[in-house]
Amino acid sequence: MAKLKLDWEKVSQARDAARQIAEDTNAYTQQFTTTTVERSICRLLGIDGVDAMGVPLPNVVVEHLLSRHVLGHGIVYWLGQAAISLNKEPQELAEAVSKGELDLTQTAPVDPFEIQLWAEKKAEEAVAKIHHNRIIREERLQIYGDHSGPLLYVIVATGNIYEDIVQAKAAARQGADVIAVIRTTGQSLLDYVPYGATTEGFGGTMATQENFRLMRAALDEAGEELGRYIRLCNYCSGLCMPEIAVMGALERLDVMLNDALYGILFRDINMQRTLIDQSFSRLVNAAAGIIINTGEDNYLTTSDAYEEAHTVLASQFINEQFALQAGLPEEQMGLGHAFEMNPELKNAFLYEYAQAQMARQIFPNAPLKYMPPTKFKTGDIFKGYVQDALFNMVTVISHQRIHLLGMLTEAIHTPFMSDRALAIANARYIATSMADFGDDIEFRQGGIMEQRANTVLDLALDLLQNIRKDGLFRTLEEGRFAGIKRPFEGGKGLSGVVSKEDHYLNPFVSLLWEQSKAGSERYQQNKARLEQGEIYE
Amino acid sequence: MSSRASHQIKSNPDNTLDLTHIRPYGDTMNDGKVQLSFTLPIPDNEVAVEAARQLALKMGLAEPLVSHHAPLDKGFTFFVVYGSLTHHVDYTQIHADSVDINIMTIEETDLFIQQHFGRKIRVIGASTGTDAHTVGIDAILNMKGYAGHYGLERYKMLETLNLGSQVSNEDFIRKAVEFDADVLLVSQTVTQKNIHIQNLTELVELLEAERLRSRFLLIIGGPRINHELAKEIGCDAGFGPGKYADDVASFICEELAARKQQN
Repeated sequence: MAKLKLDWEKVSQARDAARQIAEDTNAYTQQFTTTTVERSICRLLGIDGVDAMGVPLPNVVVEHLLSRHVLGHGIVYWLGQAAISLNKEPQELAEAVSKGELDLTQTAPVDPFEIQLWAEKKAEEAVAKIHHNRIIREERLQIYGDHSGPLLYVIVATGNIYEDIVQAKAAARQGADVIAVIRTTGQSLLDYVPYGATTEGFGGTMATQENFRLMRAALDEAGEELGRYIRLCNYCSGLCMPEIAVMGALERLDVMLNDALYGILFRDINMQRTLIDQSFSRLVNAAAGIIINTGEDNYLTTSDAYEEAHTVLASQFINEQFALQAGLPEEQMGLGHAFEMNPELKNAFLYEYAQAQMARQIFPNAPLKYMPPTKFKTGDIFKGYVQDALFNMVTVISHQRIHLLGMLTEAIHTPFMSDRALAIANARYIATSMADFGDDIEFRQGGIMEQRANTVLDLALDLLQNIRKDGLFRTLEEGRFAGIKRPFEGGKGLSGVVSKEDHYLNPFVSLLWEQSKAGSERYQQNKARLEQGEIYE
Repeated sequence: MSSRASHQIKSNPDNTLDLTHIRPYGDTMNDGKVQLSFTLPIPDNEVAVEAARQLALKMGLAEPLVSHHAPLDKGFTFFVVYGSLTHHVDYTQIHADSVDINIMTIEETDLFIQQHFGRKIRVIGASTGTDAHTVGIDAILNMKGYAGHYGLERYKMLETLNLGSQVSNEDFIRKAVEFDADVLLVSQTVTQKNIHIQNLTELVELLEAERLRSRFLLIIGGPRINHELAKEIGCDAGFGPGKYADDVASFICEELAARKQQN
């Protein structure tokens, strides 16, 4: 691949600054747990379903302990104590709590060591399920093979899971590799996860575990017919980040949106809450072998893509370090960026290409997520199709991995079946026609693109060093990302943040770390084998 | 050949522009040529092509030509069709409700406000309801603006407050009163199942219930908003695609000045 000459000393300084930013932030957030982290542990322990009022049982149990001011011990502590003294399963306990028949704080005390043992056994059972799913994915990718080059990613967004399935299968047959089910507008602000199969949504479909299961089964069916593994994507972001990560791990999703900075800036979610949530959700994703997608591209929908390009790079560095420190390896980091410059800007294509190429070189092992133009789509579908073509070219020649397809009808409606087919046709044409273009050219030294990349790098480094000095929280308070100010104690969800007690118990952390590490080793071995295979071919 | 063709056009009365009988234009006056694409939920074969052709005939397209057909899935086929529209409309009798104003520059607007009101006009904006998109409200309010039209934040005589997205109608009204706004701007991007109409209607009803409707100039915008719809819902103006901050600013000036004169 052609390479831009970058100042690698600055890249390493930027990385150091980001590492420090993540460490400082984590040192603070590690003192807390949240209601949704505890609910996600409920889900891992097998608690599911809703009460007579339709409230999910994980919420019932967590609220029960929150109102008694004892959640800081961790849900595992109370469930463990009750499970041992009453000889019942977590689901039975949750049902009893929901009927008002049981107060978890009033069961007979049990030796903490016994609770620890119970918790470890339960955690191992849950993590085994996640491992099982991960192995199924790995086996299918080995049987079918996984193609190199960009993975074609399309969305379905009908609001009705059964209609989504029709559209998703059609898209898979047309050549899509990743199907994302867009969530209904506003779900990120719900402090619970809806239950069951759903058929009503606006601009998307509810993320529920049953909807995940239905879509997974449909894509497995389509994949079997096509001899390809079709990846499924959804969103673990918003107020239920770790819970949805758990649901994704249990139902074998492959890609999940996950970005606290996005939630803080664009959904006004409290920064403490969502950074705590992010850490556990990334660990769950890591263990499940799920690729996360980060939301840097969104900065460019409100800020100017040319002027604010460095905030995207700075955020990618920060997201990389948050991911590493949460246990998520590079090969699962779908760091985000986007093709959003004004089409009237002279040489916009060169600047876009420089940005994408730079990201590729700085994060060589990350399956980068590249977003299509949306902001300057006008409803002129003919121009839109050309904008998407330019975007597709940059994707292919700079070797982006997760290739979100632009729709010619962006700014008009959620995609028709034919819009998606036209988008795939556009991308495939360019992927074939320009397959080795990026490997066959060289960048002019000191040329427009090289200068541009290094300018963006300089600005990103400055920004990161300033954030390191002031801390991430203050930076967000002062509105230095996307021009949006967010107070430390403002936004939604702060009431769900709880200080951990000294004996706070979460047996999943160490087990999930081990899973993630073992999975990453398998990935590396497999990759080495493939590369050797290519050499001997 | 071409000279003969042009001679023919001149001699044919059908080829002259008649505003009472307006039809689409391909490359010859009144040829009625249109292009369309659609998907039918049937397998791609000769029967499907004939089905597409017959549909086109029913739409009023003479001599329909199915120029492209391809399967999208087992039971779905995509078509591109050309034809000559047999319908026409009388252009001279058409009345379209649009915001009919004189567009002023930023400097002219600031001067106008200075002269007519002698104080800053206060504008509050949000993408309301569950809508998470800020692209519309940002295009009108943000300093940067959109497509070369600077946003209202750049106007010296406008005091603006952008509440962003997912603002409930109740919160929006409360903030508007706190801010002592003159003008409310509401953007609606998601329009699936007409949720925008439902949401905007609720806003108007709430304002009326609290006897605040006449206190504010209420302006809405979005990809599926137009002036006629805005009036129908009970708003003062609606701006759709292709309208920018200067359109909105100019309307605010004219309308507020007119209201001042009435009082």
